[in-house]
Amino acid sequence: MTKMLKGIAASDGIAAAKAYMLVQPDLSFSEASIDDPEAEVKRLEKAVSAAKDELKIIKEKAAANLGAEEAEVFEAHLTILSDPELMGNINNKIRDEKVNAEKALKDVTDTFIAMFEGMTDNAYMQERAGDIRDVTKRVLSHLLGVTLPNPALIDEEVVIVAHDLTPSDTAQLDRKYVKGFITDIGGRTSHSAIMSRTLEIPAIVGSGSATTTISEGQTVIIDGIEGNALVDPSSDELKSYAEKADAFAKQKAEWKELKDAKTTTADGKNFTLGANIGTPKDVEGANDNGAEAVGLFRSEFLYMDASELPSEDDQFEAYKQAVEGMNGKQVVVRTMDIGGDKELPYLPLPEEMNPFLGYRAIRISLDRQDIFRTQLRALLRASNYGTLAIMFPMIATVKEFKEAKAIFEEEKEKLIKKGVSVANDIEVGMMMEIPAAAMIADKLAKYSDFFSIGTNDLIQYSMAADRGNERVSYLYQPYNPSILRLVKNIIDSSHREGKWTGMCGEMAGDQIAVPILAGLGLDEFSMSATSILKTRSLMKKIDTTKMQELAEKAVNDCETTEEVIELVKQYTK
Amino acid sequence: MEKKEFHIIAETGIHARPATLLVQAASKYNADITLTYKDKSVNLKSIMGVMSLGVGQNADVTIAADGADEADAIAAIGDAMKKEGLAE
Repeated sequence: MTKMLKGIAASDGIAAAKAYMLVQPDLSFSEASIDDPEAEVKRLEKAVSAAKDELKIIKEKAAANLGAEEAEVFEAHLTILSDPELMGNINNKIRDEKVNAEKALKDVTDTFIAMFEGMTDNAYMQERAGDIRDVTKRVLSHLLGVTLPNPALIDEEVVIVAHDLTPSDTAQLDRKYVKGFITDIGGRTSHSAIMSRTLEIPAIVGSGSATTTISEGQTVIIDGIEGNALVDPSSDELKSYAEKADAFAKQKAEWKELKDAKTTTADGKNFTLGANIGTPKDVEGANDNGAEAVGLFRSEFLYMDASELPSEDDQFEAYKQAVEGMNGKQVVVRTMDIGGDKELPYLPLPEEMNPFLGYRAIRISLDRQDIFRTQLRALLRASNYGTLAIMFPMIATVKEFKEAKAIFEEEKEKLIKKGVSVANDIEVGMMMEIPAAAMIADKLAKYSDFFSIGTNDLIQYSMAADRGNERVSYLYQPYNPSILRLVKNIIDSSHREGKWTGMCGEMAGDQIAVPILAGLGLDEFSMSATSILKTRSLMKKIDTTKMQELAEKAVNDCETTEEVIELVKQYTK
Repeated sequence: MEKKEFHIIAETGIHARPATLLVQAASKYNADITLTYKDKSVNLKSIMGVMSLGVGQNADVTIAADGADEADAIAAIGDAMKKEGLAE
């Protein structure tokens, strides 16, 4: 009998393949005292050598399928397994205390893990704790005779079933074989969901029970359009989904034809569709999907993937690579947005009751000007290699913007004096994500060259509802007239000063929101690269005069989100 | 036994990459090699041991080698220290 699972549609597309359970096996063991320590040491040696053999194969596979960088972590694991101090301590414990290998291994590695994790001022060492943990698991699995999932070894088409996917899991997945995935937890903006869209793999997240419902090798259909998974489907169901997959592929091919086209509405108005990117590598995907700009380049990766504050030169290289890759199309870089839910191990921030309302983003930058000025210099130097724009996150007041802008001008002057060539048309703008700023958009528009609306934060701050809290998640209402009124005020204020407004949150690629936003006169829509062509196709069908009428009604007449959705459906029929 | 003292000048002390390179240099020799800091000694051929000492800037450490190739080992480790900017 077919079983059906419902979850959140995270990434478009249909896939059917055998399930691969990316689930950790039970590695619990009982402690025991042993009579023959030498035999126990031998047993450990055997497990270690099996683990090493396995790691060598995984390393080779990972290097071939995913690249040298992804393979490095396994080299680190091999080094740990060859460490005389670590292995010596374990063997001593077996001999001295006559405990079984499992217990000795666990005790010794726990000591090292605790030691490395305690080095809170050193991110590199803290990461090594994770490596030791991984290695311990691998040796334990051999001692216990169970198999660890090794996603890097997958060599047939599969659908990945997991509780959640971490960045290190996804780094090991080979796009060639992984046809889709389904997780127990997560939402549309969780790491696994964003990753699935970047890799263009159909995915469902937040299914609740995928890992307990599905078992290894069962056929699973992933419908990433509707968010449904079918386990053990009948041949009829397989057939109907194959047809649906074909239809989707056809639609995608149609969208592909719009890759080099302008974004033009039925009545001939043009809009700009941009991509949101996280690293310079994402520029390729942006171009492949016909992005007309990068509306948001999150600079956090430079800080989060490092073990210390990134140098000016490292940052310069990354920004340069991104602007060069976009070939003259504008790249808007958001300055450091750390704090809130993003922490840096090497930059300890005081613990706060409400981190989202606390010391984060521009508030840190204005306080720690050393960090801010380094970033601005790197950006200024990169400005000459393409079209670069800069925006400050979390601006709440006119004073904050003026301060940040003044620091920018100071650094610019200094560089020019030193003879460094800097573009003279760098636009300097701000994120609109704090309701207070949205209310004085008319004032801010005098100073800011552009606005970029960050909807996720704007909605959470306007509704006073933590978007990570499931109990209040019903308040995440992008179409609520309250939010639309703020958006309208921001756009109108910028236009009155001859400036422009973009949007770089999830809402910009939302098929219900796009017609309203077009009606409100939003200039740039920046979204996941994979949503661009779909949105361009939608734009082709809409008439802006009609959408202005729609937006007018949504903002002034509607009382609820539901009414707005109903209205959009009427207008886009 | 051959011994030598080093004064660590690197801002970040002995960690990460320099530690790996020291371990690699030491592992080429048969002699038993230890790194001593604040009365605690670890095997210099063990990356975990070396990193666990948490040697910071301005630390005074002693490296001792015991074995047939002890003199060569100490010389090579001294070179590695200099090359990595760990000590003068």
